Amino acid sequence: MELANKKISGTKIKRNLLPYYYLVPAFLIMGVITFYPLIYQVIISFTNFETKHLLLGLNSPELKFVGLKNYIDIFTGALPVENFNFFRVLEFNFWWALSNVFLHVPAGVLIAVMLNTEGLWLKKLYRALYILPVVVPPIVVATVWRNIFDEQYGAMNQLLTSISILFGHLDPVHLRWLTEYKPPIPGFLPGAPLTLAYYAMMIANFWLGWPLMSVIATGALQSIPKDLYEAAAIDGATGFQQFRNITIPLLTPAMMPAAVYGFTITFNLFGLVFFMTGGGPARSTELLVTFAYNLVRNLRWFGVAAAFAVIIFFVALVVLLITNRITRATQSYSEA
Amino acid sequence: MSANSQTPKKNLLVRFLTMNTSGQTSGRDLPLWRQLLTQILCLFILFSVMFPIMYIVTLSLSSKTTRPSSLQLIPTEISFVAYKQVLDHPTGNPVSFIQLLRNSVGLSVGVGLVALLVAVTAAYSFSRFNFKMREVLMVLVFIPLLMPGVGLATPLYLLLNQLKVVDCGQGVTALLPWFACDGGLKGRLIFNLRDSLLGVGIAITAGALPFAIWNLKGYLDTIPKELEEAAAIDGADTNQTFWKIILPLAMPQLAVTFFIGFIGNWQEFVTSWLFLSQPKDYTLAMTLYNMTGQYASSIPWNRFAAMAVIVALPVAVVYIFLQKQIVGGLTTGGVKG
Repeated sequence: MELANKKISGTKIKRNLLPYYYLVPAFLIMGVITFYPLIYQVIISFTNFETKHLLLGLNSPELKFVGLKNYIDIFTGALPVENFNFFRVLEFNFWWALSNVFLHVPAGVLIAVMLNTEGLWLKKLYRALYILPVVVPPIVVATVWRNIFDEQYGAMNQLLTSISILFGHLDPVHLRWLTEYKPPIPGFLPGAPLTLAYYAMMIANFWLGWPLMSVIATGALQSIPKDLYEAAAIDGATGFQQFRNITIPLLTPAMMPAAVYGFTITFNLFGLVFFMTGGGPARSTELLVTFAYNLVRNLRWFGVAAAFAVIIFFVALVVLLITNRITRATQSYSEA
Repeated sequence: MSANSQTPKKNLLVRFLTMNTSGQTSGRDLPLWRQLLTQILCLFILFSVMFPIMYIVTLSLSSKTTRPSSLQLIPTEISFVAYKQVLDHPTGNPVSFIQLLRNSVGLSVGVGLVALLVAVTAAYSFSRFNFKMREVLMVLVFIPLLMPGVGLATPLYLLLNQLKVVDCGQGVTALLPWFACDGGLKGRLIFNLRDSLLGVGIAITAGALPFAIWNLKGYLDTIPKELEEAAAIDGADTNQTFWKIILPLAMPQLAVTFFIGFIGNWQEFVTSWLFLSQPKDYTLAMTLYNMTGQYASSIPWNRFAAMAVIVALPVAVVYIFLQKQIVGGLTTGGVKG
């Protein structure tokens, strides 16, 4: 009791400052290594910063402020880079993330539902093994799939060859998965050609993506009370009706955040793209993040790269606002 | 009882969709034909899941240094030659495997620990106190999260690159950019923060800190306030509550956040590949990239496969042990206001 009184009698100012004391270490460090660089980035983005300015940075006598030139160059495609069109990359980036999530979530749910069938043999074994793609680090997945899609020695062409032999075609399959520029389905996505490399990446990322969705769906499935299905069956609902009217609505609250999470991860999926195609062929599979990396790592145009990163920031902000709205909309739906 | 026994015959897809999803056995067996059809589908999925894994494991256990000319998914020989070669002599440079391992472990563990230690008090403050600047500061912490790793790489590269230790000769060293050599001498470069593991660690921490703060705050919010109130009545001040009540309770989540960070940092590539130029600083992830595709015209695929397995193992082990917590931590703990 004595101690408690002591606490209350402590000066008001000291108590008001206490939350800030706890913030000091983090903000001190972030101030130097996170916030200062972010501001520095914005400044740099208005300059022609290149390798020759590395030594002196902003104090460099030849460093010029070029205003919005970097931004204008990026948007108008005036950068001296082959095959670069900002809006095509942006469109492809959105398409890439959307098309992945639209495949992963339904596949994950369907497989989870299938594995939930009562009386299915080896259910536990399947569940344990299907999780393996989640367990392997994506960086390894990306390099392994890069070699699987190798046009000369890759396992995918070899697999297709053995399948086509079964059907009587004896010629070895020789698809140029990662280098063929001609899109297999022309005009599928207006404005951005989807090359064979896109489909190769889709296959690799599908392998990587659906199991996590399946894990989440399994967890949500098991929390659906069985009585609901029994009641529906008594009322004469067919299995399909049960799936549509019980399973789907009750899974939505769990799957929506998962889909949003998947979308944001896929939107900036640097590793898979960089390792498998490097953005090629002819920048057809370039994402915003891989192009930004090319700018800084290979071209060393630091000013342009900084401007590009600032643009990415605003794209990410827009994505966040959209996904937030979607999550909120489904939350109110599930609560209704 | 299952609802499906009365289901009228529909096409195959609908049948799979309509299976009872309650996940409990009611004692009734699945009709054999449906059991078999589902098993075929399950086995097909299993094949697709195992295909790359078996492919790479088989390749890594082969002693053939030529590139694979036909598909092989089941090892016909068990040879550890490739593993031995990778462990003895991982790259073309005179760098030992142990050195690469030490770099990778040091980076991922170091960044994980520092980020956690620094983040936990800030997370506590955001979670438990109501103060004037709370909202503003929380948004401030959120801003860097919008920036993908690539986005922060440029300014950090430029800033860390300016920090150098140079040897001016005659036993004089200088620390740039604050102290230059006398008389405008350029001097001999001894250390450049950008071109070092420490620099890479700093750059990764820059992105890891905000994430750790948000993740931990989300978890601390779930610890009931009653505990602290009880502690306060017993006479504990805020500091004591934090150290004796909150921190021990948060330990499991601290461990999970650490391991999520570890998994991410173990594969870190963007920053290290941009910053580091000396082979002695390379990480395992960078080495693996060097063995892939166009960069690897001279590297046998069995060695690449062995390296892939080695890089994958630590993460796989961590994941298998902490699967539930990690999936839960990513989907529910995550970033929430």
